[in-house]
Amino acid sequence: MEGKIVTEGLNAYFGEVHAVKNVGLGIKQNAITAIIGPSGCGKSTLIRCMNRMHEVVRGARVKGKVLLDGKDIYGPATSPVMVRTKVGMVFQKPNPFPTMNIYDNVVAGLRLNGERDWKKLDTVVERSLKLAALWDEVKDHLDASGVSISGGQQQRLCIARALAVQPEVLLLDEPCSALDPIATAKIEDLLFDLKDKYTIVIVTHNMQQAARISDHTAFMYLGELVEYGDTKKIFENPDKELTEKYITGRFG
Amino acid sequence: MNTFEVRKLKNELASAAALACVILALIPLMYILFEVVKTGAPAISWQFLTSRTVGTGGPGEGIGNAILGTLLLLFYASLIGIPVGLLTGIYVSEYGNNRIGYTIRFFNDVLANFPSIVIGLLAYALVVDLMRLGFSLIAGSFALAIIMIPIVSNTTEEALRMVPNSLREGALALGVPRWRATLKVVLSNGRNGVATGTLLAIARIAGETAPLILTAFYSSYWSASLTEPIASLPVTIFRNYNSPSKVLLEQAWGAALVLIMIVLSINISVRLLLRNRTSNGKREVMKTWKARLSRKA
Amino acid sequence: MGPSKPTKSPRRPPSDWDRLFELGVMAVGLSTLVLVWALVAKMALDALPSMERFGPGFLTGVVWDPTKEVFGALPFIFGTLLTSGIAFIIGVPLSIGIAIYLSELAPPWVRGPLSFVVELLAAVPSVIYGLWAMYALRPVIANDIEPFFKSVLGWTPLFQGNAVGLDKFTAGIILAIMIIPTIASVSKEAMRAVPDTQREAALSLGATSYETTRIAVLSYARSGIFGACILGLGRALGETMAVTMTIGNANRISWSLLDPGQTMASLIANNWGEAQGIQLSALIEVGLVLFFVALLVNLFARLMVGRVLKAVPSTGVGL
Repeated sequence: MEGKIVTEGLNAYFGEVHAVKNVGLGIKQNAITAIIGPSGCGKSTLIRCMNRMHEVVRGARVKGKVLLDGKDIYGPATSPVMVRTKVGMVFQKPNPFPTMNIYDNVVAGLRLNGERDWKKLDTVVERSLKLAALWDEVKDHLDASGVSISGGQQQRLCIARALAVQPEVLLLDEPCSALDPIATAKIEDLLFDLKDKYTIVIVTHNMQQAARISDHTAFMYLGELVEYGDTKKIFENPDKELTEKYITGRFG
Repeated sequence: MNTFEVRKLKNELASAAALACVILALIPLMYILFEVVKTGAPAISWQFLTSRTVGTGGPGEGIGNAILGTLLLLFYASLIGIPVGLLTGIYVSEYGNNRIGYTIRFFNDVLANFPSIVIGLLAYALVVDLMRLGFSLIAGSFALAIIMIPIVSNTTEEALRMVPNSLREGALALGVPRWRATLKVVLSNGRNGVATGTLLAIARIAGETAPLILTAFYSSYWSASLTEPIASLPVTIFRNYNSPSKVLLEQAWGAALVLIMIVLSINISVRLLLRNRTSNGKREVMKTWKARLSRKA
Repeated sequence: MGPSKPTKSPRRPPSDWDRLFELGVMAVGLSTLVLVWALVAKMALDALPSMERFGPGFLTGVVWDPTKEVFGALPFIFGTLLTSGIAFIIGVPLSIGIAIYLSELAPPWVRGPLSFVVELLAAVPSVIYGLWAMYALRPVIANDIEPFFKSVLGWTPLFQGNAVGLDKFTAGIILAIMIIPTIASVSKEAMRAVPDTQREAALSLGATSYETTRIAVLSYARSGIFGACILGLGRALGETMAVTMTIGNANRISWSLLDPGQTMASLIANNWGEAQGIQLSALIEVGLVLFFVALLVNLFARLMVGRVLKAVPSTGVGL
């Protein structure tokens, strides 16, 4: 198997709950990969394993390999901090830092790396907010609190914040589930534009969304990877009966 | 060194510093326990625990009257403090979604953190001065009761808030009047929480000294009269702590040992009770996992 | 739930009993409130002779002389602020360090037991702190710590005189130890109340755990932590026994931490048994000042922390 990110025999646990079972998956570079499946099927857990965010939860464990550019991110010499600067993440609920203004939110990750050059920070803020299609809406009040803007804007701010660190991969965990349809459409357009530069993995419970924006789709059920392939094929002519049942809405 | 290594180093230094703070805070605790046991234990004997404090430093003195005094103070303080605290907690939890309930709760929170010497002054103003009872057991008990009330009422309120509404509604649906349903809910479901709060309140007031100096004062005689001054373990320690007499100093340490045993045994047993009731780590992991699931759904 | 039982018909309509019960518990709840304020009024009445005689000058008078019947409270206000200040400077960083460790860094299985042990610091009665400080802490302070500070900071007015160990410095250290459990556990609760999504946001940007604590936890919980510190200050201001036993009891103002002093609380505890007449009235006035200082500090802290106040270890500081 090959790809930007490759999982091999990946298992994830919460205490005794076996949330991800023996998943092998290759995420293609510069493409959007969607992971779909019913609630609790382990899709969020799977992507949280890809930037070592899974182990942050109390009682959580991971077994198996996740290769980023062929190197195991769970290897002994790899630090989770380094992994997360290369693999950024956007969460289900927008979570800008409420005590920081919009500008500081965007550069929060860079500041950690000791970046003090104002000119450079200014450039990064403008570039990241433009990439996140938020620049025109907030450029006149960058000193407003990160939570003073609408939910959809907050989520795009979080995307800008993740992009500012210049990751190679962007993981999105149901980024639109808390947003209205207009905000959702904006984020979908934005992801479509971003895929030239980034490798994107999006978890969604919304099948139409997966069909609209993704190039590849993985379907998970009860912690197992049921089927993975081109989005077109998964939605039009899946190999497995289970996938077809889910796609056509006969369960889930 | 590149930035990443500097950051990693900073991280390790900060973690080590935080751990050092914890250790630094635990040293006094361990040292106090060690010192009290080491110096206090040789003083303890049956005779020491059962004879009264004469105060001359002669042979055969003890802290019996102080132990009795502390027990009486705790008893009378609980007699006033527990019912008042309990009923206040019931009001605030069951009927308190209004201005009065909010005021009482707010006021109790403030009172719970109030300097106890000020509470001693209040009790002095009422019992010693206004009621002309002088330094007395009743004045001391009253001061300790005021300290108990916010603790008992806050824990009662908290325990009752844990009771699911379905239980209240269930009782009401059976046609039970609300006051009886409330009491029933309190008695059957809030029991453990209320007991915990009461025990902690007793542990807290057992060691109070300042309010007692202002109210119960001290006596070197055996006494159980409500209107007479009375000895107590903490005040005995305070009176003897810098005495040149070896016997009296030994009394202070012996009293300290008895007092700290009372206070710590209550605290530790409450802790053990609570731990057995709440789930173990495994179940908690399941809960977090389930919470994550339901968040998604 | 089973089928509904027929209820016995009550002697009075149930709503009447309900109303009566509600009013009854309300009366009990209000009684403490009313009583405490009535007693404050009574205290003010008792302090009236002193107020009339010394007026506002009571707060700025520097002489406290029972034989000449001249009473001024400034030395004690000064002593209270100075010792609480020392406690604050030492206690706050330590407590926040403890809170950070317990909330963010400690392995999950030690968090519970360790929090409990830190809270036990609050369970030790104040008078036992005093006893311990007198015999175990004082020699260390007088022989090692104070000489050290004298050699480094001896040129400042803060470290003049001989290192005896019964002074404002020792009282401040004891107070610092005693306010740690309050500040640490309230700050810890404030940090636990920070949503995990905030921590995840920082971690996903590649923050280390120290950086996560700084940018996501401390800034989010800052008002709660600030309130916790104010609450600790309130504890220090009113703490009586341990201070009375270590501060050396001198009714004068001196900037040197190595000189004995007196706080409002220790003045009352030291002189209560013997005070009569105008001196008793003056003591009560000092108590009244302490009451309002404590009230203000607590109201302020309460505004800052809100209901996190519930996290104050109920195992109680024996003040």
